[in-house]
Amino acid sequence: MSPLLSWALAFALGCLALAMMLALARMIIGPRAEDRVLAFDCLYQNTMLVILALGLIYRSSSYFEAALLIALFGFVGSTAMSKFLLRGEIIE
Amino acid sequence: MNTWAPLWVDALTALLVVVGALAALIGSFGVLRLKSFFQRVHAPTLGTTLGTWGFTLATAVQVSFERGQLYLHALLIAVFIALTVPVTTLFLMRAAVFRGRIRGEEIPVPGADESGG
Repeated sequence: MSPLLSWALAFALGCLALAMMLALARMIIGPRAEDRVLAFDCLYQNTMLVILALGLIYRSSSYFEAALLIALFGFVGSTAMSKFLLRGEIIE
Repeated sequence: MNTWAPLWVDALTALLVVVGALAALIGSFGVLRLKSFFQRVHAPTLGTTLGTWGFTLATAVQVSFERGQLYLHALLIAVFIALTVPVTTLFLMRAAVFRGRIRGEEIPVPGADESGG
């Protein structure tokens, strides 16, 4: 891996860490429940991007599967939480 | 690191990764910064779509050139995210409108003023 790519990946990891902290701050101060669900949505997507960047750094395809699982379960989780906010229960 | 890729492939991967990470950062910054919920809900779509496409395209380009064969299944994540994020956003906005009206806030119906009520 050339130094250019390793510096770019380090920069990307720094940006993503900062983005996760911003989303976490909104999750903590969020005035209502829907703000917190939105912040959770943003947080799991940033986590998925971090894992994709780690997969580029360590050259392993297991990271791809972990990222796919995070995308899948994050979608299920935030959909279930939105449904709960809308109806008061998830499975009727 | 026994594998090898030409320099322009590394440069292209670095560009895609940096663009994706900056898009994710701007999207999260919008989530923290914007004022009301209905403004805030637009911000992560930037980070999600551009960020995910940047990272998955970077993975596809880099791994394809290193292994010498086409390697596209990282794009599966991008397609999956592009399909699921509008669904989540739509559910969340419906929940926010419902809860806002329960709370007694004035949330206008789009297009209601055009049809005369």
